[in-house]
Amino acid sequence: MTSLVASGVNDSFVVLILGSAVLYGTPLLFAALGELLAERSGVLNLGVEGMMLVGAVMGFWAVQTLDVGGSVSLAAALVVAAVAGGLMALIHAFLVITLRANQIVSGLALTIFAGAAGLSSYLGNDLDLSGEPAKHSFAPLDVLGLGDVPVVGPIVFDQSALVYLSWACVLAIALYLGRTRPGLNVRAVGESPATADAMGIGVTLHRYLHTVAGGALAGIGGACFSLQITPQWVSGLTGGAGWIAVALVIFAFWRPDLCLVGAYLFGAFSALPLLLQARGWLTGVPAEVFIALPYVMTIVVLVAVSSGAAKRRLGAPAALGIPYVREER
Amino acid sequence: MRFERRLVQPRWLSVAVPIGSVVVAFGLMAIVLLATSHDPIATYRRLFDAAFFANGALTSTLVFCTPIVFTGLAAAAAFRMQLYNIGGEGQFYWGAIAGVGIALYLGDQGVESTPVFVVAMVVAGMLAGAAWAAIPGILRAFFKTNEIITSLMLNYVAGLVLTYLIIDSKSYWRDLESFEGQTFPLGKSIPEEAKWPSWSLGSVLVPLGFGLAIVVAVVLWFVYSRTRFGFELQVIGDSQQTARFAGMRLRRKIIAVMGISGAIAGIGGASYEGDFAYQIDPTGLQSSFFGYTGIVVAALARYNPIAVVPVGFLLGGLQNAGYTLQGADFPSGLVGVMQGLILFCALGGEVLVRYRLRFGRRVVRAERPAEATP
Repeated sequence: MTSLVASGVNDSFVVLILGSAVLYGTPLLFAALGELLAERSGVLNLGVEGMMLVGAVMGFWAVQTLDVGGSVSLAAALVVAAVAGGLMALIHAFLVITLRANQIVSGLALTIFAGAAGLSSYLGNDLDLSGEPAKHSFAPLDVLGLGDVPVVGPIVFDQSALVYLSWACVLAIALYLGRTRPGLNVRAVGESPATADAMGIGVTLHRYLHTVAGGALAGIGGACFSLQITPQWVSGLTGGAGWIAVALVIFAFWRPDLCLVGAYLFGAFSALPLLLQARGWLTGVPAEVFIALPYVMTIVVLVAVSSGAAKRRLGAPAALGIPYVREER
Repeated sequence: MRFERRLVQPRWLSVAVPIGSVVVAFGLMAIVLLATSHDPIATYRRLFDAAFFANGALTSTLVFCTPIVFTGLAAAAAFRMQLYNIGGEGQFYWGAIAGVGIALYLGDQGVESTPVFVVAMVVAGMLAGAAWAAIPGILRAFFKTNEIITSLMLNYVAGLVLTYLIIDSKSYWRDLESFEGQTFPLGKSIPEEAKWPSWSLGSVLVPLGFGLAIVVAVVLWFVYSRTRFGFELQVIGDSQQTARFAGMRLRRKIIAVMGISGAIAGIGGASYEGDFAYQIDPTGLQSSFFGYTGIVVAALARYNPIAVVPVGFLLGGLQNAGYTLQGADFPSGLVGVMQGLILFCALGGEVLVRYRLRFGRRVVRAERPAEATP
């Protein structure tokens, strides 16, 4: 009897949309956390979309090739996706940290190089990945058998390992940046590299490490699409999620905990059109209106945040986007 | 290795570095090709043959490069003032929508003169592109909203508008009468008189849009380097604070520059329709990535409008070759990788223009007191 009641509640629109918000928000969360790490060290990386796509294609390739049993393959695929994303970020890091290139243009270059018309699509074709479903994909775990508990069950307990991994990342990054000595050093590098340098903190090393770590997280974020949401390889499958992640960091005032909130908010916007379609609601409104929702909401949210924040510069690392040249202080 | 800032940037370097970066990019691409077991020399031979030397190759390269020169000029116009309008893609779509819309309308009104069509399409495309670009411009000017993200998000929205007009509605742009149009969603073709003329130079057909692109490039160069407006833009680009102290109106300039940039991309969209496509094709438009390629062109041309034309011609050739050769043995995405590599090399090469590289240890070390070094 209780389970009947529970399934009634759990099939309600609100619970479904919250559950899907977590599903669709997870790639955004990984990518936004990665971008946050890079930006807190002072490096703006606009190549998130490209790094996600390369992570997605390489993660998918790993699952198809290293077919050694479900969870091992999937874990290996995440490692491959992270390495691929990290390598992409390394190009950006070299250009902007060592060669002091313009961070905005270099990030755009990374998206063009790796993105939907570039390396990710080249690799997908060359490794012959399209058209097949993933051999293994991340499935809901039903933790402690609590998946049927009303309301919180499907939202909190019936999620995949990726979701729990992302929560661990939020916690780890929040503690790292807020409560540890190395985290403090990173913030110093992002706020005032000259001061950090004078204190003996390696500005270049910190920036390299955090840009590459950010790329690794973006790669995992991309793998969320090819190993869970879609789950197959389609060229350009992220559909702008990388850019939404960049906007999320601004929206979250460069704080990991707020990234979580923002990611699920935008996850809900992405899930909405599918759920409305499944229910047959609002069929009179063109589907494009709902598909455009995450993009339009990104703009709306950015305007809301930037007008107020511009006055106080809430949270933005002071040295964001500025190359550090010791000789030219 | 260390960097020394150059006090004077030699002129020849600003030409040599982009050329060098293209060469280096081709070298790096060869490594990518080798790593994925393709023969680089054979691939390059086919690439250049399809782009420039084969029968009719130059004609189709000109068709491909015209939109890229327009989006390149659009990007150069904005990037030069440190306004990163990456919405060229969406502004281009709107130029196409408005251009086709006005051509269809005038056709229905019985207009038969080609010059009227051309002028109307250019003006409509220009206005539509400028209006779409004004959205991130106004948001940037009044709310300081990051124009990179807003202009990019609007690309996706413009793409959805294309899909809606042709696939998901019975709009004015959709062909609902012909047999093909009833079986498969298709755009309505513009009238025969609305198709833009082209000049023949020997065996090469030069589309009207390409000539127009050169005119726009010259006008843009003149405005940016020979007028007061252009001077003010340069000051704003170099230092917003200086500009504000000098009493320049920042907000107006930001919106004006975004508008100009969008207008140029919009003309590009109209010329693409008038020269080549003749109807709205949502997948064709969205899979060409003209707007993003424009950014590569602008950066490689170092935001110089005149240089955009030859650079656009080169990258248009690559794009054309990629399109002609696509198939199993010629991996798709290769052209995008190539463009990304060229852009990386151009950015890395920029360091050579600004700095002088010195190898070896610092001489200053010797003057330090001995006890300072343990």
